[in-house]
Amino acid sequence: MNLKAPEFMMNGKTSFCPGCGHGIIGRTLFENAVEMGYEEKLITVVDVACCSLFMYSTDCDFVGAAHGRVLPTAIGVKRSRKDNLVVAYHGDGAAYSIGMAHTMWSAIRNENITVIVVNNQVFGMTGGQMAPTTLNGQKTTSTPLGRDINLSGSPFDVTKVLKSFDIAYLARGSVDSPAEISKTKKYIANGIKNQMEGKGFSLIEVLSPCPTNWNVTPLDAIKHMNETVKNVFALGEFIKDGVVL
Amino acid sequence: MNKKSNDSVIMKGNEALAEAAIRAGCRFYSGYPITPQTEVLEYLSWRMPEVGGEFIQTEDELAGINMIYGASAAGERVLTSSAGPGFSLLQEGISYLVAADLPAVIIDVARLGSGLGDIFQSQSDYELATKGNGHGDTMVITLTPASVQETVEFVYLAYELSEKYRHPVLILSDAAIGQMMEGVTFPELSEHDINKYDWSVKGRKKGSEPRKITNVSYFCEGGYYGYEAIYADKIKKIAENEQRWESINVEDAEIVTVAYGISSRICKEATELARESGLKLGLIRLKTATPFPVKAFDEISKDCKALLLVEMSISAQLKSDVVVASKGKLPIYAYLSSVDVPESEKVVEIANKIILDEAKEELVYEP
Repeated sequence: MNLKAPEFMMNGKTSFCPGCGHGIIGRTLFENAVEMGYEEKLITVVDVACCSLFMYSTDCDFVGAAHGRVLPTAIGVKRSRKDNLVVAYHGDGAAYSIGMAHTMWSAIRNENITVIVVNNQVFGMTGGQMAPTTLNGQKTTSTPLGRDINLSGSPFDVTKVLKSFDIAYLARGSVDSPAEISKTKKYIANGIKNQMEGKGFSLIEVLSPCPTNWNVTPLDAIKHMNETVKNVFALGEFIKDGVVL
Repeated sequence: MNKKSNDSVIMKGNEALAEAAIRAGCRFYSGYPITPQTEVLEYLSWRMPEVGGEFIQTEDELAGINMIYGASAAGERVLTSSAGPGFSLLQEGISYLVAADLPAVIIDVARLGSGLGDIFQSQSDYELATKGNGHGDTMVITLTPASVQETVEFVYLAYELSEKYRHPVLILSDAAIGQMMEGVTFPELSEHDINKYDWSVKGRKKGSEPRKITNVSYFCEGGYYGYEAIYADKIKKIAENEQRWESINVEDAEIVTVAYGISSRICKEATELARESGLKLGLIRLKTATPFPVKAFDEISKDCKALLLVEMSISAQLKSDVVVASKGKLPIYAYLSSVDVPESEKVVEIANKIILDEAKEELVYEP
């Protein structure tokens, strides 16, 4: 394991909140790109809000997309530059709410891109409203009494849906511990490998803490992930090399 | 179609537009079917693969416009097309293209009405095409072709302008011009190198500067003020340098019609018809709707009594632009034919009524 992050993501301009998972997830992506020899081929397409902060803390080629339009934007880049490594990076609000049609259709067409979805159960930048992944009963600024699944439906689990699609790769990781970070890095590496071998659509969802909007300390956020979140969202690989596991 | 340049053929407007895009070097199309622009999509579905380009029928117009956003960021020459209700859906993406300084060519083949309206010809998208373009201070360059030949020429012009200013360009066609067949000669083939521009994303070489395509104004160089200055300067230059129009007999006209697209062809005929009967009728035909050709109005005769808008819409959508361009000095009348293509005889009839001060019903602005 590297103790030092790739130099190009250390320009000193990071502005993630203390205890946020984005920095760790980004590092696994960028480390993979370097270690797999694709640093000079990497083009990252990021959503607005928290995801877009990478554009300013990391000095590689980026395209900032409109909210929820990360996948069409990444597809535009990839189909124009087939030799590049194109990674789409967005949150659960973008992927499963406003951009759900694009998530479905990118998977249906088995687009040759690597997709990272950060699942922290809230809309982060707007101040912690209900997201598609908000847990049953979870209090947010738009569900002050807790999410009522009779009113808002159940938390969305992408693995249950995409398992029936003909895609290359599907996994869910977490950044709550060094062991899970290590696995997540491997999942993202698999997603990158699939794309560079032309196998098609890879989606890696990553459970991530948001202490700011969960109103807890960073340590309690990790505790909450272990005690509650991971019981709802199962970790592991679900599709590998196009085969449902 | 073979790949020879200067081919002369008879072709449908929408198909000629699509072929022109290919010949102008466009190698990326993404879009969604909607009448009356679907021929653009259908034509490119077989033509684009022939030249090794990318064609994608998308899940919706939002995907269509955002795919070209990505492809343009990667340096490709791009196209999407839609009509009426679909054009409404493109607005968000147009605003992002403007904010991110990305060249792109967008087509609206206008159709009738609000809501679903209908598939018939109309010029009811003028306000949206010139004052809309999504949220924020957005303004795109809008070209208004009046024939199949001009549609083809404007596709080339659209790519040239969009890359010159790193700015989206809209071609506002309509169902009549999109669906009609006319003789057309294609200009020389144009090649596009995807690595032509330094600013496009390619993957950062170690030790070199990264390229970051952003639509977030406060992340631009100089923050908000930097963004404001760059954008204000760009739209000022566009307004100053890119006004395009055709004037016919405006130097001695008593009445000057103002029109674009299919309606302007009728007005051209009407100017000849009027002259035969002794009425001095002129025409200002817009080739660009944005920037609006205000300079054209400086050439109008001092003896001009009124301006007559000829539009296929229910409201006089050209009015505000024409009031400003004519500095509010002349009365403005409008012949609004909505779904019907205007008639040249009726243009002359209304012009005669204006001279006799009998056109109260057509009056839309009084100084």
